Amino acid sequence: MRLASLLRHEVLLAILLAVVLLILSFQSDKFFTVSNLLNQGRLMTETGLIAIAMTFIIATGGIDLSVGSILGLTAILTGVFWQNVGLPLPFAALAAIAVGTFAGFVNGVIITRFRVPPLIATLATLALYRGLAEGISQARSVRGYPDWFYVLGQGEVLGVPTQLWLLFVAAILASIILAYTRWGRTVYAIGNNEVAARFSGLSVEGTKLALYTVSGFAAAVAAVIFVSRVSTTRSDMGTGIELDAITAVVLGGTSIFGGRGTIVGTMIGLCLIQALKNGLSLAGVKGDGTIMLIGAVLILAILASNLFERSGTR
Amino acid sequence: MAMTDLDLPPVRPARVAQRPGAFQRLMSDYGQEIVVLLAIVALFVVVTIVNPRFISANNLTTIFAGNAYIAIAAIGMSMVIITGNIDVSVGALIGVLATISGTLAVAGYPVWVAWFIPVLVGMAINGVIGTLVAYARIPSIVVTLGALSILRGGLISATGGTWISDLPPTFMIAQKKLFGLPVPLVAMVVLTLLAAAWMRYSAFGRSLYALGGNAEAAVATGIPAERRIVAVFVIHGMFAGLATILFATQLQVIQSTVPPNLELTIITAAVIGGVSILGGSGTVIGSTLAAILFATIGSALIFTNVSAYWLRAVIGLLILATVLADMYRRSRRI
Repeated sequence: MRLASLLRHEVLLAILLAVVLLILSFQSDKFFTVSNLLNQGRLMTETGLIAIAMTFIIATGGIDLSVGSILGLTAILTGVFWQNVGLPLPFAALAAIAVGTFAGFVNGVIITRFRVPPLIATLATLALYRGLAEGISQARSVRGYPDWFYVLGQGEVLGVPTQLWLLFVAAILASIILAYTRWGRTVYAIGNNEVAARFSGLSVEGTKLALYTVSGFAAAVAAVIFVSRVSTTRSDMGTGIELDAITAVVLGGTSIFGGRGTIVGTMIGLCLIQALKNGLSLAGVKGDGTIMLIGAVLILAILASNLFERSGTR
Repeated sequence: MAMTDLDLPPVRPARVAQRPGAFQRLMSDYGQEIVVLLAIVALFVVVTIVNPRFISANNLTTIFAGNAYIAIAAIGMSMVIITGNIDVSVGALIGVLATISGTLAVAGYPVWVAWFIPVLVGMAINGVIGTLVAYARIPSIVVTLGALSILRGGLISATGGTWISDLPPTFMIAQKKLFGLPVPLVAMVVLTLLAAAWMRYSAFGRSLYALGGNAEAAVATGIPAERRIVAVFVIHGMFAGLATILFATQLQVIQSTVPPNLELTIITAAVIGGVSILGGSGTVIGSTLAAILFATIGSALIFTNVSAYWLRAVIGLLILATVLADMYRRSRRI
């Protein structure tokens, strides 16, 4: 019965996605072309990587608001390590990713060791990490990266954008971990009843610490991809991306109270948002009208899923 | 914290022994507020020693009047958070209301219409949000996340990102003075005190604490949870509208892009001021003090020649410090 209710939302969402794709392809003949769809995949990778980690965190009943700031900090450090410190670019990027991962680890420590609610802890580090990015950069941007660096964000492998492969692999791995491993079951157990999970001998603190660290790592990797895609580094990069990622996760059926959610759902939610953004802009709707529609879709999808759930057997 | 009667001193042998009890009760009721107040005073002393111009009348006006709209919006936000909910859309709402206000003023409507229609619109929009939270049972973070997109997207597509200028001088109430004091300062103090008294002494205010502290127990004692949630969102919309009056009239133009992350600044003010994000405790005096603290820090950085680009990092560290201190205080009390 539980599997059926899990599937219900994802199925509903997949049907919605299919309908949206169908309508959009009628609206514009440029929409349903291979090159356009691949290009959209390119654009949704950064949010996607963050949303995958966010799915785990929200499934435990937590939240990570600081990912956009970690992205900004990592982006700035990549530029600074390379241009100002003089590290070779690959090492600069790796060092920046290490710092971003450490930032996620710090979130985890604040949440697990000091028992600060995730919303406040990451609200504080949202300000802190963005502040560090702004302070370090002093509003100067870094440009002029070597050509090979753009392979990550602008290049392709076997005709598919490089970063889309990354997202694909990450999604499959995460999906297997969440659905089939002891670790994944621990995530759901924490989300359903943290106290019970602790008494069952599950490593609640260890799991949470790992999740927030992974979330920092995902945001840091997204940062390097972002820099490589837009060819420049600025301290305001990734502002608001946490809301996009949370929207994709929640739209995908992960309960904000924890205990429920799938990577498949998150990925469908992500595709739905990106399809709406792109399709509507091709159909001549301004970007801001699209943002409005995404907000409405979010509320309506959760409303519909709530109604279904209440009418179903519970 | 404010509403638990459990930490009353059990025995009172003599009147002398009551004194530390009263002090401790003050600390446990208003500990966070006192910490924030001390932080403001400490900053004033230190920065004034470094740069005496810090306490010039001009700068004091900037500190106490310039951020008053954040303090006022944080009053409503505090109430929402006290019930155990949250609103991430208020920044976008203030942007929408400011644009409505400016449009009405430029179109030649009487200024009081331009001031108060947005207040009503804010109450109506938040009424819808509250209804979705209370009756459709969608978590408030999801509803307001959606509302954030709708309001922000709607604002930019309606205005095209242009600024409203040529505002009539009578409209600019935030630049006027009342009894020799800037209007925003007076509004901030009056609204904070009214809201604080109302939250502390009215049955309605106490029912909000009860809902946030333990919703099931509150419902069992006969508090109509759904109606209260809708009401608290409508009241929050009213404070957002009042904040908008000051926000829209402080500069000669109204930008269609509100300060980014305004909602987070407002939530942060509530949290630093001692409102527990889990609901059930906190005061609106604390959030107003926190808003003043932010303004003081921002100004202090300028007067000590620290690059303003570090402002956000300082605020972030400050939030962490206060939150950790708060967790420490709580762990000792239990």
